[in-house]
Parts: sequence; C-alpha cells; structure tokens
Amino acid sequence: MATAHVTIKPRNRVLAWIEERLPILSFTASHTSEYYAPKNFNVMYYFGSLALLVLVNQIITGIFLTMNYKPDAALAFASVEYIMRDVEWGWLIRYMHSTGASLFFVVVYLHMFRGLMYGSYKKPRELVWLLGMFIFLVLMAEAFMGYVLPWGNMSFWGAKVIISLFGAVPVVGDTLVQWIMGDYNPADATLNRFFALHVIALPLVLLLLVVLHLAALHEVGSNNPDGVEIKEKKGPSGRPLDGIPFHPYYTVKDLFGVGMFLLIAAFIIFFEPTVGGWFLEHDNFIPANNLVTPTHIKPVWYFTPFYAILRVIPSKLGGVIAMFSAIVLLFLVPWLDRGKVKSVRYRGRGYKLALAVFALVFVLLGAIGAGKTAEWIPELFGPAADVTLIENAFGRTLTVLYFGFFIFLWAYTYFGLEKTKPVPERVTTHD
Amino acid sequence: MTKRVLSSIVLALALLAGAGVAFASEGGEALPPANANVKDTASLQRGARLFFNYCVGCHSLRYQRYSRIAEDLGLSEQEVMQNLNFTGAKFGDPVIASMPEADAQKWFGKAPPDLSLEVRAKGADWVYNYLRSFYLDPSRPTGWNNTVFPNASMPNPLWELQGVQRAVFASAKAGEEPTVEKLELAQPGRLAPAQFDAAARDLTAFLQYVAEPAALQRHRIGVWVLLYLAAFTFLAWLLKREYWKDVH
Amino acid sequence: MANEGVNQGRRRFLTATTAVVGGVGVVAAAVPFIKSWEPSARAKSAGAPVMADIGKVESGQMVTFEWRGQPVWVVNRSKEQLAALASQDPRLKDPKSDNTEQQPDYAKNEYRSIKPEWLVLVGLCTHLGCVPDYFPELKPEPFDPAWKGGFYCPCHKSRYDMAGRVYDGVPAPANLRVPPYHFVSDTLIQIGVDPAKGAA
Repeated sequence: MATAHVTIKPRNRVLAWIEERLPILSFTASHTSEYYAPKNFNVMYYFGSLALLVLVNQIITGIFLTMNYKPDAALAFASVEYIMRDVEWGWLIRYMHSTGASLFFVVVYLHMFRGLMYGSYKKPRELVWLLGMFIFLVLMAEAFMGYVLPWGNMSFWGAKVIISLFGAVPVVGDTLVQWIMGDYNPADATLNRFFALHVIALPLVLLLLVVLHLAALHEVGSNNPDGVEIKEKKGPSGRPLDGIPFHPYYTVKDLFGVGMFLLIAAFIIFFEPTVGGWFLEHDNFIPANNLVTPTHIKPVWYFTPFYAILRVIPSKLGGVIAMFSAIVLLFLVPWLDRGKVKSVRYRGRGYKLALAVFALVFVLLGAIGAGKTAEWIPELFGPAADVTLIENAFGRTLTVLYFGFFIFLWAYTYFGLEKTKPVPERVTTHD
Repeated sequence: MTKRVLSSIVLALALLAGAGVAFASEGGEALPPANANVKDTASLQRGARLFFNYCVGCHSLRYQRYSRIAEDLGLSEQEVMQNLNFTGAKFGDPVIASMPEADAQKWFGKAPPDLSLEVRAKGADWVYNYLRSFYLDPSRPTGWNNTVFPNASMPNPLWELQGVQRAVFASAKAGEEPTVEKLELAQPGRLAPAQFDAAARDLTAFLQYVAEPAALQRHRIGVWVLLYLAAFTFLAWLLKREYWKDVH
Repeated sequence: MANEGVNQGRRRFLTATTAVVGGVGVVAAAVPFIKSWEPSARAKSAGAPVMADIGKVESGQMVTFEWRGQPVWVVNRSKEQLAALASQDPRLKDPKSDNTEQQPDYAKNEYRSIKPEWLVLVGLCTHLGCVPDYFPELKPEPFDPAWKGGFYCPCHKSRYDMAGRVYDGVPAPANLRVPPYHFVSDTLIQIGVDPAKGAA
C-alpha cells in the first residue's frame, strides 16, 4: 500500500504542458485519491490531520503576531498588550496562537498515545515514529521559546529555570548556561535570540520534519486499530481490499473532525482563553521581574510530567538525566518492544494493563508538576501532613512506574511472556 | 467495536480530564466571590468614577486609553474628559497617574503598581476582597494593614466610604503572633456596609474590564462563531455519512 | 467500494453546500487578519487633530505642521499671489476643483480655502507622494518662465499654483489635498476637524 505513483494526463493543454514538466497533479492524486488508507480508522486517527491544522494555525497567527510584537526586553510585554488592545482584532490573533499552542500538545499527546495503542511504531513504521518523536522534541523547544516571548514574570523565570538545566552538564555547565543566555541572567539578548529561533529556525525544522514524517508514512501506509497490514490482501485490481482512497473518504471524515475540533478551540478562544490559568498563566500578566520569583512557579501544563520527574529526584544532574531519559526512551520504543502483534486489541493482558498504568502515571506526574498534588495532600491527609515528603514519595513511585513501563515492555516481549490473541486476516470494524 | 472506541476515548480523554479535575480544585483558600459583571455597563461606569476619584492619583492604567473607556462604557468624549480625566491628558492618551513616579518612589519607597492587568494577575475575587479588608494597625508605617494582603504598603484608599475597620484577634499562644479572626467596623463611613461592598464590586468590575477590554467583544462574537461552526460540523457530518455509504 | 444505489444528486448538493459554507467561514476568518493591518488605536491617537498657531506667519510666508505624520502647509498668501490665481485657470487640469476627493466642500472655491489668504494643504504631491518645494515669488523660474508662485515637486517635476492646483502637462493627476480644518480663532487653526456645522 505504498504510495501508488499514478500518472495524470490532463486534456487541457496548459495543464498538460505544466504536468509534463512538473507532475503536480499526479503527485496530488498519488497522495489523495490514489492513496489507500485502511477503512477501519477510529476516533484516535483524527489527531494527525488535526496536528497539521494546528501547525498551519500557529504559522499564520504567528506571522501576524510578529508584525506588532517587539523582541526587546524593554518593549516586549507592552507590545503584547498593544496587540491585545490597540491592534484591530489583535486579541483574537493572539488567543488563537496561545490556545493553539496548548491544543497542539493535546493533539500531539493523543496522537502519540494512539501510536502506542495500536503499535504504529512497529516494523515497517519505525522511521515514521522516530520522525514523529523528533517533531515532538522540536515542538517542545518551539513552545518553550514562544512562552518566553511575552516577557511576563513566568516567561522570565521559566527561561531561567529551563536554561539552568544545562548547568547540570559536568565541567562546561555554567559556561553553557551563560552562552545560551548571552548574559548573566535571561535578558534582552536571550529574548532576542529566542525570538529568532521561535519564528524562523525551529518552524523551518518543524516543517521539514513534518514533510518527512508524512513522506515516510505514505511510503509504508497507515497502520490501523487492528494492526493488520492491508496491502497483504489485495483485490483483482491490485488495490488493498481493506483500503479506501484517502480522498474523498478520509478528507470528508477529517473535515468532520476539524469541525468538532474547531468547536472546542473556538469555545476556549472566545469564552475561556486562559482556561483558568492553564493555557495563559496569571503570573505572566505581571512584567518580568528579575528580583522576584512567582510564588507558584511551574511550567505550562504540557511540560509538567517531565518537570515532575526532574523535581522529585534529589540530585540536579540525576534529575536532568532522568527528565531527558523520559523523552529519549520514547524514541527507543520500536526496538524495546519485541512483540509481533501491533494492536492493543490482540496483545496480552500485561500490555493492556501496562499501557493504562503508563497513561495514568503520565497524567499524575503532570498533576505533581503543576503543583496540584501539593494542594490535594492537605485535603486528603489533614493540614498537618508533610506535603514535601508525601509528594516526593508519590512522585518517585510514579517515576519508577514511568521508567518501569519501558523495562516491562522489553522484558515482557523479549522473554516471550506475552500471551497474544490471534490477529484477524482482515480488518474487523469500521464506521 | 463501539466499546473499544469508547474505551479508547475514555483513555485518551483521561489526559484532559486530569487537567479538568485539577482546574476545578484550583484557588487555595476560597475568598468570597466578587460577582463582578463586566457586561453591566452602569456598574462599569460607577467603577470608573471610583477609580478616577480614589485611585488614579497614584495608580496608572498605562495600557488603557481614555478613548477606549468612552467607547466601551457608552460615554461621550466630553463626559470622559470632564468627569474622569483630571490630568489634562489627551482623549487618545493612556491613563497615567497624576503623581510623578519619582515622588511616589520617595513617599512610598516604591512606585504604586500599574493596575491595567491587576485582575488578570490576581483575580477579581482577590481585588474585591483586598479592597474590603483594610484595618487599622499602628505598627505599620501607613497605620493600615490588610488581611488579604498582609503588610500591604497602601493605606486604605476608600476609608471615607467604608469607614474604619478594626481587627479582632484570636487568642494566641504565648510567643506566637495573634491571627486576625475578623474585622469589625469601628467608625462608619459615608456608605453603609452593603453599599460599600457594591462600590467595591463596581470598582473590581471596572478593573476587570480594563484588564481585558476585548472580553466584551470576545463573548459577543464567540456566540456567532460557535453557531457557525456547529452548522458547518453538522454539514460535514452529513457529507461524511453520505460518502461512507460506499464503504462496506 | 460499491457505487450502486448512490444518490449522486444528494452527494453533489452536500459537497457544494459544505464547500460554500466552509468557504464563507474561511473568508470570514481572514477578515480579522486583514483588518489587523488598519491603523491601530495608537496610530489613531497619534493621528489626532493638531492645533496650528498662525499668529506669527507673515504675508507670503509658509509654515509646516505635522498631522498624521504628514506635512501640512499653512500659507499666508499675499495680495499679489491671490490676484494671480484667476489668470492661471487656462493652464490647469482642474481649475474649478471639481475633483471632490481633493478638498472638503468648504474649500471648493476659487481660493481653495476657508479664508482667502490662508491656504491649508497636505504637502504631498498627488503623483507619488513627494514633498514639493515652495516657490513663492511671481518671477520666471527655470522650470516655468511664466511662474506666478506655487509649488514644484523635485521628484517628477509636477507644478502647482498658489492654491495647490496642478498644472497641465505634468505627471501629477490631481490638485494638492486640502485637509479638514477650521479656525478656532483668528490666529489658531485646528487641522483634522471640519468646521462645526454652520460655523465654517
């Protein structure tokens, strides 16, 4: 089910002339109406196209924000308020961008979880997964630098803390931190270079990776909730029996997904753009102050699970290593998992349980990172409870479980402990 | 199938739900709600009057223009320039405190903060309760303290309206600082307590409006956007269903 | 894939309807982005009307004020300059100021002004927006042997008379623009605001 390379010969002479020199229509057809996708995609398969939609939104709104934003430590904060008040419709453009940033992560996390559920990282799709992980990594850098730009107090201290992570690098740590900031503290130079990276460098890398991610996907074809390779069962026409052309079937289906997604996004943008301090934090409406750290400092929600791992480990270097390992291990999933069965539907009970625990652990780590458990503990254990002690114990347990997932995944499949169910020949379900 | 899809949705939404639950429990110790309403133009007008009579001497709204106040609060240029603008600023200028910043530095140790974004940073409930929670405290340089923001450097700006509150302390163990149990009115002001609360609510509503003037437009337009998207999504669903009749 | 029994009419109708409704949405979504390029509240505030004190402007002298970032000339025209205006009519593109875009109604007269001696103009050539130079004297100039005072644009050699009316045979298409203005007193002009109704 690799991309069918069809050749289109337009009757229109102008189009034919172009097509002979640049086969753009053939290319489009090969990737839409002649690209066969499994017919049994479920809800979890909406998030890829939605991620693309959010990327486009971020680029367009981002371009318009740069038209009024000033990457200058003395002017940045006021320029954001200028956009919010003085620029016609500036508030809408800014909220579309800030909401888009958070929804990007919602969509990408669900997209990644889908991959884990149905084994979309397994042969022959290892590269698709790997490229996706690189997208995730660049997206985190992109989001972090964008978060610094309003130069509010959370921007400043977020920058300070994240950059200081590099101070854990042995020997050159301090020099590295100063080099990244271009000053002794996050300052004008830091803001200005983060702006350059955020609006030019990283988006270019991101776009390139997205193109590669899609190209790799279209070469091997999509996985599906049954984990069945549809190109192994072809009809007399040579087309996969369980495949349907992406266009029109999935274009109309994704259009519906886009509508649902936009409903949620528009509700947030127009009625609750800060989402109670989760998408836009209260302390970031105070200008950067290098002398006062916000009392409730925490990263934006999408970084909190990794931040929690960093925080509960009582060693600077150890915490940093653990945090980065938590991401690196995800890259290795295609090789850690030796199981042949892709979809969670036909995998052993152990995998189902482990995946559910892993998802729950991720959410709970997020709650710790966001400072939520610190609020819950006195309610659960009484006001005299030692919050730090309980939170650390809880957080370390979760951290062990997080890493445990990867070890389990390897051991479970390597030693043949998994009792899988028979995988059907053909896909079982569809809309 | 349906079951599986449902369970996958449930799992997927667990991420969101986690955030939602956490969101619901946000806030720490609960303050009485401000119940400020930025859509109540009369309340905003009263709040603006209070702000320009009691606050603008020291506090700026440097991101808010007089012209924008006129536009959003249904006031004419003349009304704003005569009743609210006491600094000789132009109609299109932002609201800058009458007191020069250097003097403020000298008198208060640090310049009083700009209040444009106060409600976005602290929340409407905080501002409302802060305004109501001043009490006499001779140990403070200004003679005033505040239960919501202990050791605030601002004296009660609205004491003529509210009157003077005194703290009633809870009995403390030896060697410990006594905690304030409640505040009681020692000397009535020009307004009765309920009236004063209403005034504090108006002022909070005005500051909430100033913190995000776009909120007024946001809600108005948002309704139409959602209606449009609902219609579009319904159409897209019909279209999808129509095409997917082919898929067996 | 079986296409038997498909209601093609319904399918076409739904496709077209969704496309149109979606297209309307995309166009509507583009509006805020296009409008964000309009002058912001700050630009509008900076472009507010300005007061021009003309108490010390002598006869024949020109003073430049700034309004919306553009030069606005106020000229106290001399008797000779005024007297020569009518004689230029045959040489002009629009002697009667029929192009209503270029001046408010109250300046559509032989002097293109509220008071004959006081000429108020936006000092930007109507060709491509350069600032013309003021040549007040009624004497032959290198660019016009029959010069009766006026403005000469260095960019593309457009010429205007002492009422800002453009001469024939130059690239500029229209007379210099008269901004909205009114007299607050005999020595004070407000630029950017029309005279109150009936007061002119």
